[in-house]
Amino acid sequence: MTTTAVKPATMASALQRALRDAMAEDPSVHVLGEDVGTLGGVFRITDGLAAEFGDDRCTDTPLAEAGILGTAVGMAMYGLRPVVEMQFDAFAYPSFEQLISHVAKMRNRTRGAMPLPITVRVPYGGGIGGVEHHSDSSEAYYMATAGLHVVTPATVDDAYGMLRAAIASDDPVVFLEPKRLYWSKAQWSPDEPAAVEPIGRAVVRRRGTSATLITYGPSVPVCLEAAEAARAEGWDLEVVDLRSLVPFDDETVAASVRRTGRAVVVHESTGFGGPGGEIAARVTERCFHHLEAPVLRVAGFDIPYPPPMLERHHLPGVDRVLDAVARLQWETES
Amino acid sequence: MKKSSTSVQELPGAAVRRPTPPPAWQPRTDPAPLLPDPEPFRVLGTPAAAGADPALLLRLYTELVRGRRYNTQATALTKQGRLAVYPSSTGQEACEVAAALVLEDRDWLFPSYRDTLAAVARGLDPVQALTLLRGDWHTGYDPHEHRVAPLSTPLATQLPHAVGLAHAARLKGDDVVALALVGDGGTSEGDFHEALNFAAVWRAPVVFLVQNNGFAISVPLAKQSAAPSLAHKAVGYGMPGRLVDGNDAIAVHTVLAEAMDRARRGEGPTLVEAVTYRVEAHTNADDATRYREDSEVQAWRAHDPVKLMERELLERGVLDEAGIKKAAEGAEVMAARLRERMNAEPTLDPMDLFTHVYAEQTTQLAEQAALLRAELEASADPAPSGDARDAGSTGGEAAGERR
Ligand SMILES: Cc1ncc(C[n+]2csc(CCOP(=O)(O)OP(=O)(O)O)c2C)c(N)n1
Repeated sequence: MTTTAVKPATMASALQRALRDAMAEDPSVHVLGEDVGTLGGVFRITDGLAAEFGDDRCTDTPLAEAGILGTAVGMAMYGLRPVVEMQFDAFAYPSFEQLISHVAKMRNRTRGAMPLPITVRVPYGGGIGGVEHHSDSSEAYYMATAGLHVVTPATVDDAYGMLRAAIASDDPVVFLEPKRLYWSKAQWSPDEPAAVEPIGRAVVRRRGTSATLITYGPSVPVCLEAAEAARAEGWDLEVVDLRSLVPFDDETVAASVRRTGRAVVVHESTGFGGPGGEIAARVTERCFHHLEAPVLRVAGFDIPYPPPMLERHHLPGVDRVLDAVARLQWETES
Repeated sequence: MKKSSTSVQELPGAAVRRPTPPPAWQPRTDPAPLLPDPEPFRVLGTPAAAGADPALLLRLYTELVRGRRYNTQATALTKQGRLAVYPSSTGQEACEVAAALVLEDRDWLFPSYRDTLAAVARGLDPVQALTLLRGDWHTGYDPHEHRVAPLSTPLATQLPHAVGLAHAARLKGDDVVALALVGDGGTSEGDFHEALNFAAVWRAPVVFLVQNNGFAISVPLAKQSAAPSLAHKAVGYGMPGRLVDGNDAIAVHTVLAEAMDRARRGEGPTLVEAVTYRVEAHTNADDATRYREDSEVQAWRAHDPVKLMERELLERGVLDEAGIKKAAEGAEVMAARLRERMNAEPTLDPMDLFTHVYAEQTTQLAEQAALLRAELEASADPAPSGDARDAGSTGGEAAGERR
């Protein structure tokens, strides 16, 4: 066996490879969605799968998201492992009836007799200049639905490893793909993929002592950049990449915040009723006596996702993160 | 099944119990014949064209020429980065233009994301109609002004709105018809089916126009629907379906006009399928060579809606070379004006992000607005801090990556 050299790969190519390897290993894995066949998906994540595995394994469906996910339920009931692609975040909404009423609840309704191993891949988030309905951060809707795993990779290694784990999971997984990281690159060897932490674990991406930035998906690189910038101001920031929103890794997060005593949650979805509120509450419950300041949130504004020409004002950038970090000094100042 | 009823009788010794037959089932015959003619309706190049109103033909022609020019201009603007994206309707102008011209002032148009042209032909400011696609706002116009609903990006979701509006107008006693546009792919969505059903049950004054342009991004019609035609789908809901050559502007206008009249008379909705072709790629970001042969595109180019109309008018002496030149010049003026206006940077106020979320701003939004205002003021202020960070940075390298 020849080993391929470690080469720069994009997150998109790692996701594509994960699908291919999963299909090659397990004939019950089927991919379905709009334009996933001949076109290879609008982001080319399914490129080549129909050619390699045939139309029955990688299927262009009629244009109907409820139909795509609803038929996936039936396929899973009969022993297949469907991986469905929703073309964009906001176009998954027609499938919510199936997702919430059936996908999330089938295991529970049948007392464990009928689990549904379905992976729902959803490109999500903004920052790519997309027009209306192409940039929603929909994670809070999924998180609010018991019975679903909700995960989102931020690195090329995780893109591969987590998608493999999602497909292998016996539970439904909403696999959120941060669109603006699709073209981000890293050194990566498809033939010797790095071992990654299992789904459900958070990972400390950067060690630090002064405060913890708790983040995920598209905001991970923003936080890493902010941590670098903060050094100039004497802050040594720790960055925790959650990777998995459900289940939530209380342990890693709490351990980090106990070490640093301060925390900021960073994400681009809206703040009010958003993931940050839940995360901040959990951190407070577990770390109250270690906290030197309230847990702060840096989020997108509570507005419908803006048009591309204005999105830079909405997305939390490095400066907004640093401003929050500065506000963590409130207690020592007063 | 036949077998099971006989087997009960054949059971030895069993008392023969004949079930009472169900009451005779009557298929409903009203409304009367609904099935579409299998051959799409055509006018141009047929004897029927002689009966067409020359003034209408000329008007359609002028709009087709302008529409084509609008499409090529908008596509060019994407190459210069002036538009985030443009889904061209080149090849489909006959549908777009007929849809706009068939409406009375008081009627409403419910366009899909590809139908900028129909909105412009209806009278919308060409720049305002492009606002969504340029990316400075989501809908660039007041829908009430020309009675054009916002261009709908989530497919088929505008169709129930059209039904509801038409229904409301009728409840109020207003003589208004809604015309809703959808693509062939959009007919697979649940919203399409629900809209048709409501419309038929309520006999709502609404007309559905499906522009069957062969593809939903890469997916050909054969993978989208197994129905004999999309117009056939009407029958199951109890409304007539009509097939029309979507590149024949006068045929589309004729069929839509009949459907609009029918709706106005209170006879309910109609589903019209216009058979046409998407000559350009799905959008400027799409690579159509991945899923179709150029020979197919070329064959359709030979059945061009602008050329078909031009030939008819020339043959009938309604148009001559001078007239063709005049129409082209008019279109050129429109394009030059569009180009010029689109080349000017739009003036954007980031504070608008908070202006139209609620009728009255919430305290949370007011706080966020204050935050943004402070950021904007700080970045406008050339403070000598040596801090090179951009206040509005998204932190995302791909932010400039336009799709
Ligand atoms: C609900 C929904 N799902 C998916 C999409 C993504 N999408 C945009 S256009 C398109 C194809 C539309 O095809 P069709 O309805 O035939 O219209 P056409 O593009 O041919 O005009 C798709 C899948 C969308 N806009 N809305």
